[in-house]
Amino acid sequence: MSAIETTTASVIGALAEVYDPELDEPITRLGFVSSCHVSSDGEVEVVLRLPTPQCAPNFAFLMAADARQVVRRLPDVRAVTIKLEDHYTGAEINAALDRGEGFTGAFPGETVDDDLDALRHLFLRKALIGRQSRLCEALLARGESPERITGRRLEDLPEDHPDARRCVELRRRLGLADDPSSAAFVLPSGEPVAPSELKRWLRTARLVRMSLEVNGGICRSLLQVRHGVAIDDPEEVLT
Amino acid sequence: MYEKNGEKYFVVDSHLHFWDASPANWVKGQEQYAKGWIECFHAYMGLGPAETHWPLEKFMKYSEEDFVHDVFEEGHVDVGVFQSTYLKEWYTDGFNTAQRNATMAEKYPDKLIVNGRFDPREGEAGLKQLEEDAKRYNLKGVKVYTAEWYKGSRGWKLTDPEAQMFLDKCKELGIKNVHAHKGPTIWPLDKDAFDVKDIDVAATSNPELNFIVEHVGLPRIEDFCFMATQEPNVYAGLAVVIGGLMHARPRFFNKVMGELLFWVGEDKMLFSSDYGIWEPKWQVEGFVDWTMPDTEEYSDYPHPTTETKKKIMGLNAAKLYDIEVPAELQLKNGGAPAAKEDAQLVESA
Repeated sequence: MSAIETTTASVIGALAEVYDPELDEPITRLGFVSSCHVSSDGEVEVVLRLPTPQCAPNFAFLMAADARQVVRRLPDVRAVTIKLEDHYTGAEINAALDRGEGFTGAFPGETVDDDLDALRHLFLRKALIGRQSRLCEALLARGESPERITGRRLEDLPEDHPDARRCVELRRRLGLADDPSSAAFVLPSGEPVAPSELKRWLRTARLVRMSLEVNGGICRSLLQVRHGVAIDDPEEVLT
Repeated sequence: MYEKNGEKYFVVDSHLHFWDASPANWVKGQEQYAKGWIECFHAYMGLGPAETHWPLEKFMKYSEEDFVHDVFEEGHVDVGVFQSTYLKEWYTDGFNTAQRNATMAEKYPDKLIVNGRFDPREGEAGLKQLEEDAKRYNLKGVKVYTAEWYKGSRGWKLTDPEAQMFLDKCKELGIKNVHAHKGPTIWPLDKDAFDVKDIDVAATSNPELNFIVEHVGLPRIEDFCFMATQEPNVYAGLAVVIGGLMHARPRFFNKVMGELLFWVGEDKMLFSSDYGIWEPKWQVEGFVDWTMPDTEEYSDYPHPTTETKKKIMGLNAAKLYDIEVPAELQLKNGGAPAAKEDAQLVESA
């Protein structure tokens, strides 16, 4: 029995805050956490498994680094090992994380962006577009007019809706206004979407969202085929 | 040719392989990558119907008989295009080189077209090889895989200065179709390797060439659509869309097809089975049977007609490769071009 406060369940809980930056979904829901072990003296080992060994090294690094960060914050955790298994660049990534290094440490000479900030930023923007489109469609389905929708403020969005919560978080991380009185639907520049532009905006925003969702679907299908695991799947299940 | 409900479809499969990924062909010391690559492909096969799955051993190296049976005898394919993919860092004789694909094409000269390839990192030697290949295989197209590993480099872009020399060489040699396949790595590694911006730039600077984006730019379908709607010489290769989604995730398939029909248009979409990942038979038959559901969820998407399907199934690719289509398989009215959407939409995203 573990004598420390942190448990496997609390580690998994923390990992639920780690998002696949490319898909804007928690790695726990995608089935990327293949095992997790907490020793009685506070050593945590998490093994991550991606859908293919070829999955892009930069996104793989971000997920592994973020996982390490959230687990380290847990009480009584003395050491964290993140292992990316069955991946072409797993060895480089695992070694760099063990040394406490960034992306440059994992791939010296092959990158200049140690924190992968630009890449992260690009995908946070896509994620915000995608989440907003889902909220917008829900409001349209309720019969709301474009004027009413674009007139909404963040505080007018349903608080318990996961997309609404995530939008606020994404806006904060992107440095966009996130106070309750700011416009609920904004362009990547932070400009509110104009009522006359809502239809056009939604057409493109929906495409961005579809792309994120389809990629998530392919990742889930591949994991199911390769490992036979049942994965929390909001869409169709492979038959 | 495939016939259903009295309609006849001329089938051009614009993405075929005849690969050898068997252990005997793995480069010593690189087995992890050679094995990982083919196992990953094999997992994709798992997204098709169960009765079409092969054991891994067969998947690593299938025979000429398998190919002829699956593609021509059962698969309804009239003409196929090989997309040669080298990966010589991992496979000693290459994964499926133009040379290997040509062994098959030589036996079926009226039914198979071999596409070559280039890699700008090979410099002068690469240009010379492209010239030789163009002559030997009568190349009309090339496949470029930007994530290929080469002497310590993990990828390249079509905007690299050397790449333009190769594109110029293509024009000089009468090669007009460039099939671009994006992969997970590129230099520098912090960039989004799947970004299709370089194809956009190359397509604008080389209007004489057609750029067929394989796998519709997956996983960047959105970026691909925004580009293809603005570039008249950019096409969508449907490999993986049909094979990976039509069976496993039919709702997503409807949506992806709906977006492609809206943004790219039915005149610029090409059927591709990606054989040996998936057999063409179920893909051809399933695609001809497919309809956009008449529900609210899909009401905003164009609904495909029989004519739409005839174009995508083969007539569009026949134009790109100057393939003669029997009169009875052509469109009756010659085919009116599909409506083109306002590219300004993109700026409002």
